[in-house]
Amino acid sequence: MSDSSSSGRAESALAHLNVHVGPLSRFMRATEIDARLLGMVGALGLIWIGFHLYGALVNNFGAFLTPRNLWNLSVQTASIGIMATGMVLVIVTRHIDLSVGSILGFCAMVMAITQVWILPQWLGLGHPLIWIVAVIVGIITGAMVGSLHGWLIAYRGIPAFIVTLGGLLAWRGMAFLLARGETISPVDSTFALLGGGPYGAVGALWSWVIGLIACVGVIALILVGRRQRRRFQFPLRPVWAEWVLGALGCGLILGFVILVNSYPWPRGIVRQYAQSEGIQIPEGGMFISHGFAIPVLILIVVGILMTFLVNRTRFGRYVFAIGGNPEAAELAGINTKWVTLKIFALMGALCGLSAAVASARLNSATNALGTLDELYVIAAAVIGGTSLSGGIGTIYGAILGALVMQSLQTGMVLIGFDAAVQQIVVGSVLVIAVWLDTVYRKRAK
Amino acid sequence: MAARPKATPATAAATVGTPLLELRDMSIAFGGIKAVNHATVDLRRGEVMGLLGHNGAGKSTLIKILSGAYKRDTGKIFIDGDEVHISNPRDAKGYGIETIYQTLALADNVDAAANLYLGRELLTAWGTLDDAAMEAEARKVMGRLNPNFQRFKDPVKLLSGGQRQSVAIARAILFNARILIMDEPTAALGPHETSQVGELIRQLKDDGIGIFLIEHDIHNVFDLCDRICVMKNGQVVGTADIGDVTKDEVLGMIIAGKCPDRAVPGPGAANL
Repeated sequence: MSDSSSSGRAESALAHLNVHVGPLSRFMRATEIDARLLGMVGALGLIWIGFHLYGALVNNFGAFLTPRNLWNLSVQTASIGIMATGMVLVIVTRHIDLSVGSILGFCAMVMAITQVWILPQWLGLGHPLIWIVAVIVGIITGAMVGSLHGWLIAYRGIPAFIVTLGGLLAWRGMAFLLARGETISPVDSTFALLGGGPYGAVGALWSWVIGLIACVGVIALILVGRRQRRRFQFPLRPVWAEWVLGALGCGLILGFVILVNSYPWPRGIVRQYAQSEGIQIPEGGMFISHGFAIPVLILIVVGILMTFLVNRTRFGRYVFAIGGNPEAAELAGINTKWVTLKIFALMGALCGLSAAVASARLNSATNALGTLDELYVIAAAVIGGTSLSGGIGTIYGAILGALVMQSLQTGMVLIGFDAAVQQIVVGSVLVIAVWLDTVYRKRAK
Repeated sequence: MAARPKATPATAAATVGTPLLELRDMSIAFGGIKAVNHATVDLRRGEVMGLLGHNGAGKSTLIKILSGAYKRDTGKIFIDGDEVHISNPRDAKGYGIETIYQTLALADNVDAAANLYLGRELLTAWGTLDDAAMEAEARKVMGRLNPNFQRFKDPVKLLSGGQRQSVAIARAILFNARILIMDEPTAALGPHETSQVGELIRQLKDDGIGIFLIEHDIHNVFDLCDRICVMKNGQVVGTADIGDVTKDEVLGMIIAGKCPDRAVPGPGAANL
């Protein structure tokens, strides 16, 4: 990032453009940070601070901005966030998937039966392979359900709204029938780690390792991007903007590491752990950090893979081309039906993965698991900037959207709103988000 | 990765007599309406064939069969005398048939380079999209068509009509087309760009490419076409060398279906 001479021309061109604009837009143009992203982060900050202050003033205790709550918030976001990344592709191609909550419930039931009723008979209770087989079975189940939906939508021409509305009922019913309405519990002990909790987190050391690797990744991305632009003589970002971006990225990552590491295990768990390991607890207690929760790491990996899929592969390019102009995509020789089927299969697979996280967190599978999740998932994608008219949407936006939805939910629980009020707020936020989106896009034109 | 149309003089010389392309006895009906009714038309190498007729005469439908967008009810397609099977746009592109649609058929939400390579993306060694290489090629070909064009980062919906048109044209000539279909390529263009497109058509013709041109402006037709084929109510009225007919006679063919003496009459010629 020290090639000021070769980028001099581009910078002076940029500087010339920037004569009449304010410092904020100059900053955003130089760093190429999207205005929507900034808006979303701002909204998130307002929600967090608002709930914290409300708690501090009304209840004399601000519970929101504490390591404990933020750590829990990250875990609760995982399940919705994983599905929201798939919903982006569905909505970008002008479809909708109302069945994700029911597919989640169905997959969770299939996984629970696999690991509690079937596999122990063959492998023995607590066998180390059980959890992975169960997860794979769940993901494949989800992918198959999604493929069926995709086939009906793409090759049989039934609108996605209808197919998945039918699926919403049908798969919920299937989940009930599978176990005759029973709740299956407890799940395999290794499987349960996927849901988070003190044991389902990687601890302080590994959190630092992951954080540092992520920082190296951010810097490498910036350097590679810069080299690529120079190779083809495209305009470069100013060097200071690259530094700002790198510092922002690394700062956020390390801040997150410090946050998850400053939430200690509860005393009961520490005592249990000390007993099983035969450790003497020192005077004043032991401070054992949670670190990153496993479901959060799963969400991050899914987010990275999906971003890669969307931005760097043919499949991703076709998804957006179909969303922008389905007829043009067809005329360009894209097999739009096959792409549509794959999108729904992927959505189903992500529901399966999300089902693993959700049932592991609950340590059981109930036939009601995932009820109303479709609303949160769609809301997350839409709040994250996915346009219902198709062609526009980002993966990071959907994950941020999931965080916004979950923040609202958690915040309302913390300050003691009852369920009815929560529903009213969540419903209104969804409608207002779409309205703001419409206004924003009209002005952007 | 040649980003320019390539001449094929060897094949052009070798197979004199066999047309580059022949559409024989093509028909398609939509709900009882015969949009194209037993139409036969051929195209030679290095020739511009003007397809003329009123709105609804069946020109666009006919070329959409050729480009794979519609499935025909009857008829056969021959390229270099061999029958080919085109049932979707991928097939057509495989035979080197490229189309510039009247609607342009651009994915509005992605940038120019992504549109140029839509369906035929350049990939890196790892199988990922090579956006940088695609943008570099796009800059080359757009530089030839429209030297002022600089908006490579914008989604094409933000571009002007002329700029969008040049993206659509660039996409068609990027992949060594043998047969080019242009459905009113100058409809959205000003006089200057129109003459640029005319220049481009002559250049492509010299490279041995056969071009179907749908055009409403009779002056452009006489300026650019070597032959014309007039359609009316889904049928071919007649086919003629441009030198053998006058503008009035062509208008007579379009309006009344009256086939002049020096043209080859088709099934749609009025019996007067």
